[in-house]
Amino acid sequence: MQDQLFWFFSIAMLLSGVLVVLGRNPVTSALFLVLSLFFMAGLFVLLEAYFLAIIQILVYAGAVIVLFLFVIMLLDLKTENVRQFKRFGAGGALLVAGALAWKLASVVMAMPAADAKPVVGTTEAMGKLLFTQYLLPFEVTSVLLLIAMVGVVSLSRKETK
Amino acid sequence: MIPVTLEHYLIVSVLMFSLGLAGVMLRRNALVVFMSLELMLNASNLALVAFSRFNGNLHGQIFVFFIITVAAAEVAVGLAIIVALFRRRQTVQVDEINSMRL
Repeated sequence: MQDQLFWFFSIAMLLSGVLVVLGRNPVTSALFLVLSLFFMAGLFVLLEAYFLAIIQILVYAGAVIVLFLFVIMLLDLKTENVRQFKRFGAGGALLVAGALAWKLASVVMAMPAADAKPVVGTTEAMGKLLFTQYLLPFEVTSVLLLIAMVGVVSLSRKETK
Repeated sequence: MIPVTLEHYLIVSVLMFSLGLAGVMLRRNALVVFMSLELMLNASNLALVAFSRFNGNLHGQIFVFFIITVAAAEVAVGLAIIVALFRRRQTVQVDEINSMRL
């Protein structure tokens, strides 16, 4: 059952990823991105990372995609009437991406096999780790979020002069 | 059917990452380039969660937690930059933005 779910989630995720890249209208790209991230959350559940699956859905579907759609609709973009891939550029891009995939896959294949080890009480254990060993990065992240917020406000303010 | 192992998850992650890279290089629309970047970030998240599961500790998941937080901040700043750019130039096509002058 879990194996079938893995194949379903990963193939659906990759297909919607392809549609993100190839979609002509940015709105459809954004919606396929949500779909792709949902399937990714499904894979997280299969890996017993329940907390991260919920965070993934909340942060990406709840915040990031809303932001994307808001900006797309704010900018009122025309859909691209011609598919704008230049033949040389597209060939080069696919070549580089394919080479990277092939190289990384050969590294993965050369790895020694590993067995799944049980991870106990993920959410509770993660909270403990986050507030003991990773306390400093956690606090630094909050400062980073504050900086990002100030930056966004100052960037998107209309100049009054 | 062969059982799903760490390699399967990593291969999916590799494919996702390359797909995002192809999107970043193929597309001209800055917003879609940005979405492809999100795909790449998520691919690395998947690899980290898979490593965490197969090593039996939670450090990989903590890392993913931080990556998601930073990605959210990055999206907010990046979209603000795109909006500011659009106000100046009335375009989000990256190949039409070829001068550093305002």
